[in-house]
Amino acid sequence: MGRYVLRRLLLMVLVLFGVSVIVFFIVHVIPADPVGALLGGNAPPQLVDQMKHQLGLDKPIWAQFGDYMLGILHGNLGISLKSNRPVTQDIAEYFPATLELAIFSIIISVALGVVLGILSAVYRNSWVDHFSRIFSILGVSMPVFWTGLILLLIFYYILGWLPGTGQLSLFTIPPHRITGMLLLDSILTGNWEAFRDGLAHIILPAAVLGYSATASIARITRASMLDVLRQDFIRTAKAKGLSGRVVIYRHALKNALIPVVTLIGLTFGSLLEGAVLTETIFGWPGLGRYIVNALLVLDYPAIMGGTLFIALMYSLANLIVDLTYAVLDPRMRI
Amino acid sequence: MKSITIEKRGKLRDFIARRKPIIEDWKHTLYLWKSTKLAMIGTVIIVIFILIAIFAPIIVPYDPISSNMSARLQPPSWDHLFGTDQFGRDIFSRVIVGSRIELWIIFLVSLISGGLGTFLGVVAGYFGKFVDEIIMRITDMFLAFPSLVLAMAFAAALGPSLTNTIIAISVVGWTVFARLARAEAMKIKKQPYIEAIRAVGAGNSRIMFLHVLPMCLSPVLVQLTLRMGTIILTAAGLGFLGLGVRPPLPEWGSMVSDGRSYLVAQWWISTFPGIAIAFVVLGFNFLGDGIRDIMDPRLRR
Amino acid sequence: MRGDLLDVRELKVVFYTYRGIIKALNGVELWMNHEERLGLIGETGCGKSVTSLSIMGLIEQPGEIISGDVYFEGKSMQKMSMEELHDMRGKKISMIFQEPVSALNPVMRIGFQVAESISRAKDIKIKEAYPEVLKMLELVGLDSKRTASLYPHELSGGMAQRAMIAMALSSNPKLLIADEPTSALDVTIQAQIMELLDELVREMGNAVILITHDMGVAAEFCDKIAVMYAGNVVERASTVDIFEEPLHPYTKGLLKAVPKIGQSKELVGITGTVPDLVNPPTGCRFHPRCPYAMNKCSQKMPPLIEAKPGHHVACYLYTQEGEHNAN
Ligand SMILES: Nc1ncnc2c1ncn2[C@@H]1O[C@H](COP(=O)(O)OP(=O)(O)O)[C@@H](O)[C@H]1O
Ligand code: SF4
Ligand SMILES: [Mg+2]
Repeated sequence: MGRYVLRRLLLMVLVLFGVSVIVFFIVHVIPADPVGALLGGNAPPQLVDQMKHQLGLDKPIWAQFGDYMLGILHGNLGISLKSNRPVTQDIAEYFPATLELAIFSIIISVALGVVLGILSAVYRNSWVDHFSRIFSILGVSMPVFWTGLILLLIFYYILGWLPGTGQLSLFTIPPHRITGMLLLDSILTGNWEAFRDGLAHIILPAAVLGYSATASIARITRASMLDVLRQDFIRTAKAKGLSGRVVIYRHALKNALIPVVTLIGLTFGSLLEGAVLTETIFGWPGLGRYIVNALLVLDYPAIMGGTLFIALMYSLANLIVDLTYAVLDPRMRI
Repeated sequence: MKSITIEKRGKLRDFIARRKPIIEDWKHTLYLWKSTKLAMIGTVIIVIFILIAIFAPIIVPYDPISSNMSARLQPPSWDHLFGTDQFGRDIFSRVIVGSRIELWIIFLVSLISGGLGTFLGVVAGYFGKFVDEIIMRITDMFLAFPSLVLAMAFAAALGPSLTNTIIAISVVGWTVFARLARAEAMKIKKQPYIEAIRAVGAGNSRIMFLHVLPMCLSPVLVQLTLRMGTIILTAAGLGFLGLGVRPPLPEWGSMVSDGRSYLVAQWWISTFPGIAIAFVVLGFNFLGDGIRDIMDPRLRR
Repeated sequence: MRGDLLDVRELKVVFYTYRGIIKALNGVELWMNHEERLGLIGETGCGKSVTSLSIMGLIEQPGEIISGDVYFEGKSMQKMSMEELHDMRGKKISMIFQEPVSALNPVMRIGFQVAESISRAKDIKIKEAYPEVLKMLELVGLDSKRTASLYPHELSGGMAQRAMIAMALSSNPKLLIADEPTSALDVTIQAQIMELLDELVREMGNAVILITHDMGVAAEFCDKIAVMYAGNVVERASTVDIFEEPLHPYTKGLLKAVPKIGQSKELVGITGTVPDLVNPPTGCRFHPRCPYAMNKCSQKMPPLIEAKPGHHVACYLYTQEGEHNAN
């Protein structure tokens, strides 16, 4: 087990190094023109050169790469061209909002997906199964950005049941910042008005984001459950005289959920991805929107830092999942 | 001369004979496909989509590109089935012509990412050892990004355009095929007949591309079908964010984005292209889900 | 009633598959008394496992019992409620399987799995069953304390089968069904397991259905033998009668592969292969392979009749009708 963890960690370090190279390559080798984007199309060449020098963009490419890798090793991701602050500081500011949204969505999608998947498998080929399959396929088929807009239109503009964009209404006093996660901070500071308002604001984006992830979880749970229900030990459990409920919940479920755990890691990735679009639509002040804005103005330190950070989070999630898997399945324990 | 042709024929027959199980397999698959409702519905949707793309120029009632300010922001009516946008363009016509753009993206991305992935996968699986290690670690690195995020970065760095959208999505998407083709190539490499062919004097590249590669194709093709829905969603996502296909080209994602600021009073601008995306992706996902059922070895007895 | 413990009457079971409808059981007739040991033999795919699962009431999608019934102690299983069925499995019939390791739940400790059986059989809480668990594990010759805390993958095949036996016998069932309990095990272990079963069943007085490929084992272990072919019981008699005086052509063919009683040998020895049960032969399903086949044989299924006292066979060679037609 210890060796497995060590190997897994080493592999992750290697992958993260590669990831940094890819990100550097994207931003520096592919011909984009950050200075042009920054200064506007017809800036005087003098100014452009001066700017390039200032940013270190006139150095040879390998020197730039060296600076960049050294920076990363020191936890320095450079200064954002747009906000003029260290990128790390920007990330620290925006990431908690994304994390909060992702946690909410993952709760929705795991709860919904696992239940749908189990029902689907247990009542295979019944209307429950058909409904749940179509419901979940719809979830992966509808573009997140469009679903978001339509839900905003319906629940905010037309019905007025839920608030519109952003994390809080204009006149709600935000809680004192502790973790950066608004709902958590509201609880910690006892600011219940902000909590209620924040909760109302997170429902729509979390639902939109969670729905698309529900589908894959439901599908894997169903497949995994069907697989388990076909195994010999299920026949043994039935032969013992156990009731259908006990067979499913005591004997099948634990086995079936082991592969689902793996999927939750992948889901986390798809949530980060979906967050980019959802945050843009719902004006959510998270990392996804930060990266999109950086991309649109070619704020390259922000692009590199943000992308790198997301890859790091994604790899960490997968690492945690793999380790959990090893703990859950007695066959993996050595 | 004659003996050579006979030998060739023998080889051909041999070639076909070896692939017979695959052909049988496909026949069986066809049979299963016919009995899987979801796959059928999906296929119908996709066929409609392709037909629309082919006959778009005949179907469209209006010019999808040039603006007509006198007909701005009209709600859906018999003249304009889906209404008009802020430039007075007929949304129905734009959605119809947009199908060609989406189809083109699907086609090229599948070709490039499928081709690149299969090639690298076969090379990795065939040579094994060092080559394999390198290619697979590179795959891991690409897989460490959520794919839309990486595609966004590529698209932005390259500059938003149709071509760059295609490049960005392809560069991000090849990893799946590489892993598949590698696993398949490793299996095939161990077959005794590959050894026999080598003994006859065939070189590595000959064996790889003539004998191993063709056997890897069916799982890759299946996976390609499964991923086509995702390709459209990614392209549309890029378009929506302004990092993909640029206006005035009627890419569906960017059309949804066009209508954002008019959402409340002119809901139709964003709604119809969104429905078009959902419809086509649904078609691919129905087909994909059906295929997954069909491929389920437990159902094949 | 033919048997006071179990009576299977004209049982027909089919499986709906993509390939077509598999007519797995074609009117099986089988019966046995308390404390009897019945061997069920026949080539792979002839329906032995399906028969045993039917007796357990465990035929499920895509399978279906389309006609016939199983009577256990005189009660129709088709008419039993869910609860009665569960109770019957928990308390009166147990089963052990071919692959002991995969028949145990991989994420539960052995002790828990045995305890579950005991709690079900004696209507006590699972926790209260642990003393009994240790007793049962000891009874089957396992290091009880240690084994109870292990997971199935940590056991060898032989140990796992012992644990299965402990589980199955913990309810002291009226009937134990053992479906090829030793086929997946090493040869040396096979004998040990059969010895253990023999000993325990003798002490506890359970009736046993032993499904096996091994004619030698069947001869040693069983009082009665039923021979199955392609979904039918084609012959049933005492072990001695079957081996000394087989009547059915199929049984004769089977026995040619076994030179002497007591010597293990796999079933081979008959020309041709087991028929495809999607399109089974008409009439007597054995007729394409039968050296004595007559016209009549391909037209109507021969009934299982008592050709001699206590010796039943389904073959036109032994019916009046058949003889008429043959002449
Ligand atoms: N779950 C199932 N699905 C489809 N066919 C089955 C199933 N179980 C058994 N069968 C079919 O029923 C027939 C009898 O099988 P079985 O009883 O397992 O034979 P055996 O005598 O070797 O135990 C076989 O043709 C088999 O293919
Ligand atoms: S009934 Fe006919 S075919 Fe069947 S075993 Fe008897 S003789 Fe042979
Ligand atoms: Mg069997």
